[in-house]
Amino acid sequence: MLQLIPLFVLIPLGAAFACLLVKRRVPAMAPMLSLVGVLALLALAVTGSVQGAAGASIAGGWSLESQGTTSFLPGIALVFDGLSAVFLLLVAVVSTAVLVFGFRYMETYEGRPLYYALLNLLIAGMNGAVLAGDLFNLYVFVEIASIASYALVAFGTGGREVEAAFKYLILGAVASASILLGIGLIYAATGLLNMADVGTAVAAGGIPETTLLAATALFLAGLGLKAAMMPFHAWLPDAHPSAPAPISAMLSGLLIKTLGIYALVRILYLVIGMDGALGGSLQTLLLVLGCLSMVGGVLLALGQTDLKRLLAYSSISQMGFVLVALGTNTWLGVAAAIFHAMNHALFKGALFLSAGSLERIAGTRDISKMGGIARIAPATTIGAVGASLSIAGVPPFNGFWSKLLILIALFTAGMHVVGAIAAATAVLTLVTFVKVQQRVLFGALPERLKGAHDVPASMSLPVIALAVLCLIGGLLWPLGLDDWVGGAASAVRTDGPTNEAPAEYRRMVHSEGRQP
Amino acid sequence: MTMYVLAAVLFGVGLYGLLVKRHLLKKVLGLLILEHAVNLFLVEVGYVDGGSPPIRLAGETAAAFAGGAVDPLPQALVLTSIVIGLGLAMLMVALSLRIYERYGSLDADRMSELKG
Repeated sequence: MLQLIPLFVLIPLGAAFACLLVKRRVPAMAPMLSLVGVLALLALAVTGSVQGAAGASIAGGWSLESQGTTSFLPGIALVFDGLSAVFLLLVAVVSTAVLVFGFRYMETYEGRPLYYALLNLLIAGMNGAVLAGDLFNLYVFVEIASIASYALVAFGTGGREVEAAFKYLILGAVASASILLGIGLIYAATGLLNMADVGTAVAAGGIPETTLLAATALFLAGLGLKAAMMPFHAWLPDAHPSAPAPISAMLSGLLIKTLGIYALVRILYLVIGMDGALGGSLQTLLLVLGCLSMVGGVLLALGQTDLKRLLAYSSISQMGFVLVALGTNTWLGVAAAIFHAMNHALFKGALFLSAGSLERIAGTRDISKMGGIARIAPATTIGAVGASLSIAGVPPFNGFWSKLLILIALFTAGMHVVGAIAAATAVLTLVTFVKVQQRVLFGALPERLKGAHDVPASMSLPVIALAVLCLIGGLLWPLGLDDWVGGAASAVRTDGPTNEAPAEYRRMVHSEGRQP
Repeated sequence: MTMYVLAAVLFGVGLYGLLVKRHLLKKVLGLLILEHAVNLFLVEVGYVDGGSPPIRLAGETAAAFAGGAVDPLPQALVLTSIVIGLGLAMLMVALSLRIYERYGSLDADRMSELKG
């Protein structure tokens, strides 16, 4: 398995180039190539998760002798551990659903091979970011995914799309510059880039406190922008709805998590150290920003009439849940955050895809102009209702368990006020989605929509599949899924039941990379 | 030290151009200045006063090399970062062209379809 780790990046990267090669002669090959690619990724991710193998794969690198000792300097280290496994599987599952949905949905767009190439590039960037073992490669993969996403937001090439993409690109570029500057500061102070090594150096106090503070602020601003935390959220409600529906699902479902949440978890917990000198203030910051995102996002979502904009604001709110859970700085909190990020990818992916279907059926995204769609489009309705129940936190769907877990983590950590805010937000989310369901799916069918009919099965089935996964996730949670997610949290927190420890990460990069 | 100050000033100038200026091409220029401010900073991090280019000659010991040469790693980082910056700038110019086709203007305030 360990030798196969680079394939997570190479397969989608290769597929992206292949899509461009066949662009002129056989454009119909592009979707097939992409399908083969994501299915291979899915198989790899499932195998990796089932085996639970953890380890590093190192490309390049060299050994350096100085003063009689030989030290190995890893080249590009790709590290596969419990946390990476969760996100890799998530990327593979959601990408597959999105790709299948897009076969028919994208038929109305020009230049489809380019869409498939960019989609594959996006997947390659996200997989790479999740596997990157050092700060600079994390940055490079984040950029690959970001640049692909800027282009995909503008894919419709209408005024609205291009404008949203431009705005997104400007804020994204500022975020990237701050992340790179932060990496530069860390390198200047320690001479290290490997995340595990930097983490050890920071824990040993090998970096001046002001430098660490500046680097942390730059990372938080940069990754906060990518994760669309509340003061940095302005681009998301424009960019996510402007993209074609499958891309909205990719961006809201995966991108803000792999580039934002995953990178935050790795950097805050592994590099900067939540138990270190800055831990206390970081915790407060995460809790405050999280509460702001939770409440602000859901209140803004309540007021929207554009279905996709509403979903975009709700994404900000759900990311707030993840942030407050991370702010607890406990194993339970991290596990809850990972589980909620995972569930959000599944149900928000399904919701954005079903919003695309609903737009096709009703010819509008305006909630007030839709109604009674359940009568004419039963298959779309099943998927949309399943995903909505999940995001609203109705048992036994997965959203219920992860929100419950976040509340438990907050209350056991003694953060009662934040817990109360989170509970209130969960109720408001329920209200939002009940309102949407009532307006859009049930009620009276407008005269205008009498002749409309359901979307083809290749568009409704991926949504239903994601909704079913939400249900299965909820049912399996008490029956073993908790161990798997808990294992992912153990990759960064040592106070859990199984102690893999962050030290394990360091061991993997070093011992397994030391090959002749 | 002067170089660090210069990098900080350029960073500020780039940020100002990117976020405050209304003309789209000025925003593109702002982005380029911002990126090169960071690149300058990275190169400066690896600079050793009076250091030689980081090319290890035949027969040179590792210790002698490490003592005399500037740090090669930031240079590798900057190369990568320049390529990424080029991609970003190209995409930004392409989007600006589309916006110009659409609105007949490069003034960000004339772009009005998205508010809030």
